[in-house]
Amino acid sequence: MFILEKRPTPSRFWMAATPVLAVILTMIAGGLMFAILGKDPFEAIRTIFWDPLFDPQFASYSRPQLLVKAGPLILIAIGLSLGFRAGIWNIGAEGQYIMGAIFGAAAGLAFYPSENRLIFPLMVAAGAFGGWVWAMIPAILRTRFRTNEILVSLLLVYVAQSLLASMALGALRSPEGGGFPGSRNLSQWATSANPELIGGTGMHWGVVAAFIAVIASYILLQRHILGFQIRLAGEAPRAARFAGVNPNRLVVLCMGISGALAGLAGLFEVTGPAGQISIDFNSGYGFTAIIVAFLGRLNPIGILLAGLLMALTYIGGELAQFMLGLPSAAIQAFQGMLLFFLLAVDMLGNYRIRLGFGRAA
Amino acid sequence: MTGTGEVLLRVVGLTKAYPGVVANSDVSFAVAPGEVHALLGENGAGKSTLVKMIYGLVKPDGGTMTLRGAAYAPSKPGVARQQGVAMVFQHFSLFEALNVAENVALGMQNPPGMRTLASRIRQVSQDYGLPLDPDRLVGDLSAGERQRVEIIRCLLQDPKLLIMDEPTSVLTPQEVDILFQTLRQLSAEGTAILYISHKLEEIRALCDAATILRRGKVVATCTPREKSARDLAEMMVGETLTPPARSAKAKGAVALEVSGLSVPSPNPFGTSLKNIGFSVQKGEILGIAGVAGNGQDELLLALSGEVRTARDRIRINGAGCGDAGPNERRRAGLVAAPEERLGHAAAPDMSLTENALLSGAVRKGLVSRGFIDWAATRDFAGQIVEGFDVRTPGIWVAARALSGGNLQKFVVGRELSQAPTVVVVNQPTWGVDASAAAAIRQALIDRAAEGAAVVVISQDLDELLEITDRFAALNGGRLTEPRPTQGLTVDEIGLMMGGAHGMEVAHHVHP
Repeated sequence: MFILEKRPTPSRFWMAATPVLAVILTMIAGGLMFAILGKDPFEAIRTIFWDPLFDPQFASYSRPQLLVKAGPLILIAIGLSLGFRAGIWNIGAEGQYIMGAIFGAAAGLAFYPSENRLIFPLMVAAGAFGGWVWAMIPAILRTRFRTNEILVSLLLVYVAQSLLASMALGALRSPEGGGFPGSRNLSQWATSANPELIGGTGMHWGVVAAFIAVIASYILLQRHILGFQIRLAGEAPRAARFAGVNPNRLVVLCMGISGALAGLAGLFEVTGPAGQISIDFNSGYGFTAIIVAFLGRLNPIGILLAGLLMALTYIGGELAQFMLGLPSAAIQAFQGMLLFFLLAVDMLGNYRIRLGFGRAA
Repeated sequence: MTGTGEVLLRVVGLTKAYPGVVANSDVSFAVAPGEVHALLGENGAGKSTLVKMIYGLVKPDGGTMTLRGAAYAPSKPGVARQQGVAMVFQHFSLFEALNVAENVALGMQNPPGMRTLASRIRQVSQDYGLPLDPDRLVGDLSAGERQRVEIIRCLLQDPKLLIMDEPTSVLTPQEVDILFQTLRQLSAEGTAILYISHKLEEIRALCDAATILRRGKVVATCTPREKSARDLAEMMVGETLTPPARSAKAKGAVALEVSGLSVPSPNPFGTSLKNIGFSVQKGEILGIAGVAGNGQDELLLALSGEVRTARDRIRINGAGCGDAGPNERRRAGLVAAPEERLGHAAAPDMSLTENALLSGAVRKGLVSRGFIDWAATRDFAGQIVEGFDVRTPGIWVAARALSGGNLQKFVVGRELSQAPTVVVVNQPTWGVDASAAAAIRQALIDRAAEGAAVVVISQDLDELLEITDRFAALNGGRLTEPRPTQGLTVDEIGLMMGGAHGMEVAHHVHP
């Protein structure tokens, strides 16, 4: 029989080792599942984890996709992780991401076809502002009226999606689009384009912003009193009040940061990989980022790695569907396993497993 | 009662080890029917683990128990209860939003109907002089009354052995008298009582026999009536105790002034503060007594700045700061140590270094332009650990890994190491072993001698009588007029604390 025993002090080794262990367990369980489906498990695992990066045939397409997909995930997850650490649950990053794209695109399109070089920075600011505004709604409702920020932020995603559809069909629709929904293509208008900065890497301004966010958030959490207050509020709310932390200020701050970063991600996506405001512009980054945040243990470096891993399973999963004919449900189950194992082995940080033998009573 | 050779419970060679500590090592003792048997020991001596094994909450690693001559190895508390062993815990397990009868029913194996149960509760409470209305909400009861709910829950099971874990820590002296009469009555009827405490006078007054534990081992057994409290204490601690030294000195200007302080409690079942007023001079220690739940937590929150009020209600060194938050008050010179160590005074999962930063950032200048000076913070944490003899493998250890006493030394040490002008502590030595408690009291006295105004909120009357200059009591959110501690009698103190909270009628034999 297994006995769980609480560790007196959390184990640093296991805190770092559990994500790796989870990935290994996922590979084993996923491999079994693929074998049951009649596919070669080793080939399937290789197609998901190896081929997108190193296969001579696919890597040239897949490798840049890694950063393109990981960038927004990391940027959003970093913002969310600050709130999650403080016990503030912003579930509506998807909505903030959409609003960032709408605000940023609108700010740019207002000057079309000017070639002023200040337009792109303005769009970036407008994108961050759009996400921030959308996050301020649940933040202020919570601090003023004690509403639940989980519900409000989540429901605002659906409002944002409706706004997105209405923008694509109405105010932001391209006059030259022949009546089709969707805005002008921002990535093809040099003033607003967010191009690949280094050819063949997928690196665009959004990825740069994600790396900066990782570093800034690392410094904030390790060295700055605000980061300490965020951690304290999440771990021991009463101790945080004793330490002079104002909980309402923290809600506004964390929601604001996560909203602004999600808005930035939306702006960089609409000006780069997506290219235009369209009805189906959003692709679930805001929700997937929640998983990335937890997969990375709410730690900036962890989130960086988790974002890359998550992006890899998406790209590799698509490849496996295409190459091996694996059903997309199997890929989703595989991703689900990853999250499951991560949460399951999570307790090794705080508990140790002992083999115990039932004593005769 | 003892010495007849008849034995109810015999414990032989009981041993229990946890990783890193041996909680009990080869513990043996016996309890006769009707005997009141004390388990005496410092915190961490292994008393709680021992009774948890007897009550079936913890499985021993070795040793045997016999109950009424038959082998006894309860696998869970339900089995223990069936065999006639009941326990009243130090921390109550009651639901505040349910009434007394519902709470009692929740703790029973096969509760009878509510109506029958209510009448049985009335019957038992009358028989044992523990008045209790089964229809009242537990949230509205005083701590003493809540304890009665727990006791009656046990008595309804007709126990042969009743285990009581520090039952008097929440009672006024008058309530303690009533409880003791109940326990003596039970004992006379043949129920054995295993009584855990570190309050020596109580044990001398109540118990027939005592088993003294130190570091998990039985170090002595004795008849407590034949020993002095000092003898018992030295057996318990294993060293000679020196009472804190005080020197008479002149008092300075008023450092903390509170007037007309009324604060609604932030908790639905808390006690609101009503028109509290007092002042403390530099160099003076004011003691605030009271039974738990009479506004102590609320008073600490109002003084520390976690709950704010009008500016002029609280003055530090003459400057109004009732509307200031905790850090502004720290800047003004006030430090506070809340009662609850884990979760309020300290963050359980954070290291001692991080916990040193928690309240030390302002006065120790550990943060500049928003950035934390970790080197200075580590130095500060190291100073506290060294200066207050905190036993820990290092400052990187999580706060929750420390024993209660060591963490308390850390928390009090952290506040006292900030050169404060006003110190407010709530329950500074609660659950702390005797030598650590003495060290904490001495540190409070030393800080007063250096010119700080000290407010000690405590439920330990002996502690307050020992170290305070003036004495007041909180009762129902009101504070009595502070009086000089010297010359106060226990009866006067009891009355200041609110007497027996309407329990005077409990035993009809009152003189």
